[in-house]
Amino acid sequence: MFQMFTDIATWLVVDVFGLSKATKLGDALHFFIEDTTKIFFLLLVMIYAIALLRASMNVERVRDYLAGKHKGVGYILGSSFGAITPFCSCSSIPVFLGFTSAGIPVGITMSFLITSPLINEVAVLLLLSLLGWKFTLFYVVVGMSVGILGGVFLDAIKAERWLESFAAKALERGKNTVNTTTTAQHTQSLSLEERHAFAKEETLEIFSRVWKWVIIGVGLGATLHGFVPDGWIQEHLGDGQWWSVPSAVLLGIPLYSNATGVIPVMESLIKQGLPIGTTLAFCMSTVAASFPEFILLKQVMQWRLLAILFILLLVAFTLIGWIFNFLSPFI
Amino acid sequence: MKEVKVLGTGCTKCIKTVEIISKIADELNVEVQISKVTDPETIMGYGVMTTPVIIINDVNVHSGSIPHRNEIETWLRDD
Repeated sequence: MFQMFTDIATWLVVDVFGLSKATKLGDALHFFIEDTTKIFFLLLVMIYAIALLRASMNVERVRDYLAGKHKGVGYILGSSFGAITPFCSCSSIPVFLGFTSAGIPVGITMSFLITSPLINEVAVLLLLSLLGWKFTLFYVVVGMSVGILGGVFLDAIKAERWLESFAAKALERGKNTVNTTTTAQHTQSLSLEERHAFAKEETLEIFSRVWKWVIIGVGLGATLHGFVPDGWIQEHLGDGQWWSVPSAVLLGIPLYSNATGVIPVMESLIKQGLPIGTTLAFCMSTVAASFPEFILLKQVMQWRLLAILFILLLVAFTLIGWIFNFLSPFI
Repeated sequence: MKEVKVLGTGCTKCIKTVEIISKIADELNVEVQISKVTDPETIMGYGVMTTPVIIINDVNVHSGSIPHRNEIETWLRDD
């Protein structure tokens, strides 16, 4: 079904603009048009469909659900909910405090918050359509593992010691009070019209937020695709040299993007022969380790915990890169 | 006079919410006192998790998104 978008791009580039696909410009433009039309189409259709299904899901329900859970399953659940709950990064502080004051351990809350930017429905859709189901599966498994293991580690080192004092007190209070909020108050059954209204609004909201990222991401991808000489990446970084992974992670830190913008770049890098592990490391670092987000977290955490979290993510992404580069011949 | 508080940690949605409420209040000629609350500890005190949150005369009327014009008009009109 995606052939349609290739045809549209070919028609525009060759027939309308009169460029040959063999030229650099024509090739880059073709990549750009094909990917943007495909991504925009998918976004509109799929966000609507998914929003219809998850209209009654919200962070309040997740909190109430997580509050009573045993620690062991808590991390896995926290990470899973992070992947599927609609949630804007500007709400991370209130969500963090909401979870904390319900007595949910810091590790479980962080499982939720780490996974959230890495995996969401838009990211999964784009991966599926651009890079195929196998890569998507790896990405999801790896993203959730970082969230889960990160959470376990933070609780193991008793990260709650380094919360800002008001947050630490809220956690203490939350642990000592029985969870009184019932799930019932947040559970409403929605009619089809209400679901449609929610889905429509959600689609417009997400689309208006991500469309420029798509343009930037695909634009970068197209530039790489058309203007980096064929074989250059393959020749210089193609063997997954060990140093290329930490370099990719470091390079990703100052670059701040969300998953939507970075996936078209991933597509282009992989097609150019960059090993899968190096690509994953670069992209996860771009999406999950960003300074603006960390500065926000300073409101509830002491510098020490922030630094630990940051290093934790960098080490995790580097390990992921190495492991995948090592395993890729067998995949 | 109505006292309107917009809670949020400084994202664009919260700023837009403040703007739209004061604009509509002007149009309707309703006297309001709008304040922005950005302190995380205070926000936590309201027990909310998705911002922006709108508190009118200490009642939480809305949370999680920029409200619609007709919603705002209803809040500002009724006494």
